Amino acid sequence: MSDNLMLENAALQVEEALPESMNPVEPFLRSERIPHIWCPGCGIGTTVNCFARAVMDSKLDPNKIAVVSGIGCSGRVAGYVNLDSFHTTHGRAIPFATGLKLANPELTVVVYSGDGDLASIGGNHLIHAARRNLDIKVICVNNLIYAMTGGQSAATTPESCTTATSPYGTFEPTLNLPHLLEAAGATFIARWTTYHVMQLAKTMKEALLHKGFSFIEIISPCPTLFQRRNQMGDGLETMKFYKEHGKTKHGADTASLDMTKSGDIIIGKFVEKKDRPEYIDHMREYYTQKLGRPFEYQVKTC
Amino acid sequence: MPKGFVTITAERCKGCGFCVEFCPTHVLALSSAFNFKGYHPPYVHDAEKCSGCDLCGMYCPDFAIYGTRITAAQKKGANHAG
Repeated sequence: MSDNLMLENAALQVEEALPESMNPVEPFLRSERIPHIWCPGCGIGTTVNCFARAVMDSKLDPNKIAVVSGIGCSGRVAGYVNLDSFHTTHGRAIPFATGLKLANPELTVVVYSGDGDLASIGGNHLIHAARRNLDIKVICVNNLIYAMTGGQSAATTPESCTTATSPYGTFEPTLNLPHLLEAAGATFIARWTTYHVMQLAKTMKEALLHKGFSFIEIISPCPTLFQRRNQMGDGLETMKFYKEHGKTKHGADTASLDMTKSGDIIIGKFVEKKDRPEYIDHMREYYTQKLGRPFEYQVKTC
Repeated sequence: MPKGFVTITAERCKGCGFCVEFCPTHVLALSSAFNFKGYHPPYVHDAEKCSGCDLCGMYCPDFAIYGTRITAAQKKGANHAG
């Protein structure tokens, strides 16, 4: 063993022996399930880090937060966070979350899933939850592809990208999620990339404290299936690409947010409205008016 | 005296290099040694520069690293001990 290697090994051992403190995100993780299944260079772990810090900063009671996930790589988040969590069927994370929120309105319900699950298979549910302005927080990790099933082209794949099902490149128009949801009636819409961790944690905190339908799209690398097939380098190269091409424009027109393969990614907080009534408040108000007496939920706590 | 220190759990690392690349003060470097899974974890290359900002902890997708600030009281204690 060379001297240099021995020195590095010694440094590793010293660093491991040092900790008296604990990783600040450790209380939010089910440590027995770590290391997780995500590939080296995948951005989902980074978003979980930001989410844990946002929960800490928001000063919400962790016992009153529920995480609902669908199927996919990002759907695994429900299994790794040490909060009440629910791993649901494919595309149906939002219906489960809707039921959870209506049955126990005290909960802060977070839907943590991927673009394939939320926008393609569960696209209908996403639109209708936004239409109702139900108080759930949707975090969509958008890696521009169906990653867990082998890299097929998704509704969010930009034009002329090579995927498992489009060897000559995709030609279908891309779904612009912030624009779709603004039209549907969401009251909090933001987009960041995994490079913009500080901004992302701050926006997640704001979304957790926002009353109404909140949607955060996070552009994340998929080095194994998207970047590799498109010769865009590994996870680190993609993060550098985000650093260079991420253009912050708060309040930008959501119609201008289309993604292209190698063009700029417009990021920021686009919509924050307080003028639409939240679903549960609106329902209570409406029934009180119709029934002539205050409408009360029969909440059963167990 | 550095303003902070980083703690690395080498066995969790998958060697993506995010922490090494985005550390604002370039404290870290990728080791040529392997961990159990065969990845190259980072090691502290220049401990004096660490500000304890925990940006490495924010970036790490594997929860394998975090930074801690050294408080004024801890610094004082260290000076007394030294």
